[in-house]
Amino acid sequence: MSINLKPETLARIDEAITHYPVKRSAALPLLHLVQEDLGHVSQESMEWIAAKLEVPAIAIYELVTFYPMFRQKPIGRRHIKVCRTLSCALSGSYRTCKEFEKHFNTYPGEVSPDGEVTIEFVECLASCGSGPVVMIDEELHEKVDQARACQLAVRISAEAAARK
Amino acid sequence: MPEQRRLIFQHIDEPGYGNDLACYVRNGGYEVLRRAVQRKPEELIDEVKKSGLRGRGGAGFPCGVKWGLVDRKSGKPIYLVVNADESEPGTFKDRHIIHKDPHQLIEGIMITCFANNVKQAYIYIRGEFPEGARILERAIAEARAANFTGPGILGTAYGCEIYVHRGAGAYICGEETGMIESIEGKRPYPRIKPPYFPAVLGLYQCPTIVNNVETLCHVKHIADMGGEAYSKIGTPNNTGTRILCVSGHVRKPGYYEFEVGKVTLGQLLNEVCGGPLPGRTLKAVIPGGSSAKVLRFGERFKGKRKVGAEMVDYDWGVEDIPMDFDSLGMVGSMGGSGGVIVMDDSVSMVDALANINAFYSHESCGQCTPCREGSRWMQRITGRMVHGVARAEDGALLKSVADQIAGRTICAFGEACAWPTQSFVLKFPEEFKSHEEAKKKADGRAFELA
Repeated sequence: MSINLKPETLARIDEAITHYPVKRSAALPLLHLVQEDLGHVSQESMEWIAAKLEVPAIAIYELVTFYPMFRQKPIGRRHIKVCRTLSCALSGSYRTCKEFEKHFNTYPGEVSPDGEVTIEFVECLASCGSGPVVMIDEELHEKVDQARACQLAVRISAEAAARK
Repeated sequence: MPEQRRLIFQHIDEPGYGNDLACYVRNGGYEVLRRAVQRKPEELIDEVKKSGLRGRGGAGFPCGVKWGLVDRKSGKPIYLVVNADESEPGTFKDRHIIHKDPHQLIEGIMITCFANNVKQAYIYIRGEFPEGARILERAIAEARAANFTGPGILGTAYGCEIYVHRGAGAYICGEETGMIESIEGKRPYPRIKPPYFPAVLGLYQCPTIVNNVETLCHVKHIADMGGEAYSKIGTPNNTGTRILCVSGHVRKPGYYEFEVGKVTLGQLLNEVCGGPLPGRTLKAVIPGGSSAKVLRFGERFKGKRKVGAEMVDYDWGVEDIPMDFDSLGMVGSMGGSGGVIVMDDSVSMVDALANINAFYSHESCGQCTPCREGSRWMQRITGRMVHGVARAEDGALLKSVADQIAGRTICAFGEACAWPTQSFVLKFPEEFKSHEEAKKKADGRAFELA
């Protein structure tokens, strides 16, 4: 059982474990680090983390199935999270989400046909005063109405085209 | 217009104010900590008790009392857990503290740790704040290099390490015992109290203090000016300042800091936030995060309240309610997390409740049957109503389900998911009786759920 982590990820994993008196506490940090490195958390990754923390694999699996941010399958190259919760909905986030779906020809939770994006309609991103808010990868975008969503989508597509 | 009093947010919007250590120190940062570590820890706890500071995370529990409950004789280490989960919809104050003034938080943490002899603190930050986590980690490293945290701070024998622990998108981690389980590397199922009061059996079964980000920033200011002086800010039993986060249908949503109780809901929405959007009127407001009970514009609240030593009558409309813990409690809602969500006449209350119910059913941890099943059941009913399938008895059914969740669960999530349904159905019965008609009246601008 081995997974292919970057050396810096391995170093950060060893560092994270030292933050706690009990190894198991490093489960969430390790899941984040592994997912950031490999894109998702596979069964092999869960088993590797479990061995690293000296816990049964189920102790890691039950976290991956509980916490919404961990995923067991790869997603698109870019991750678009549109906030669905009340304040953003009041300012039009349902339309914002639809705009992204239309542009990338995909539905929330799926990978777009070109493999470029995964859109998620997520719960509160805690920026309620500037809704609708959208996170693209780790960057927060505020007041994303339909027109702004369209601009952002076009930019993502242009970046994808430039990469090819 | 009522004047803001910016204590916590004194600097954050100043041009050129950065989140680095040098800037913080230039503005007098860490001087309070420097003075605090020369005092006796008990004196600092006393200052916080005298200040009357109430927790800014949601429950409004007196901070000094919380600290007073800590078991100091167990021989076990005492932990501080900083609640930076900011998961209550409508709330976004901690985001700005963390991103723009992280050292203020770290100074508050260190004063709290010194006062309570804590040697290890964890900042539990929500997974959705990846940048916030990086900012905090950098700030902690800076503070450590400058000897404000870490071993033997500021020439004393006292040392404390602060670590950042990232959540992963679960609302329930904001509940303090769920948060503790999450730091232990488990599913964040809240613990049953008794016996698992964090002050006695918290993180790793050790005494643990769990405080909100904003609360800890107030501790810094209390240590600075003294508990007595701090207690004169705000109103009796509702001391200090408080950050109110306004979102939804007003012209100027955003964060505003006021002395607690010195601004009314009407002043906040109509004067500070510029009132309703053009051509609209205000219909409803949720004053303390999405789980707080909704208030309907036009309803009145009557009763007696204590002013100084005497009891006086009050007769308030929604606009007249002072924004403090006790007044919002008296009108049947709560100050909660300070998240004020405003809805105007374009909104169907069924749509709004359906949105809230979808949130709570998604976030129920599933441990207690009434909450797990009930939140989902309420979501299915309101979800169906939104799609045009409504029955005459739906309002009564919703109330019945909600009534059977509240008070029957391990943690306060049961109430959090029941209160919206209970209050929406009670205060807007006409919309739940005849949803089709209500929907026709509201123009559905906000939601497009189909």
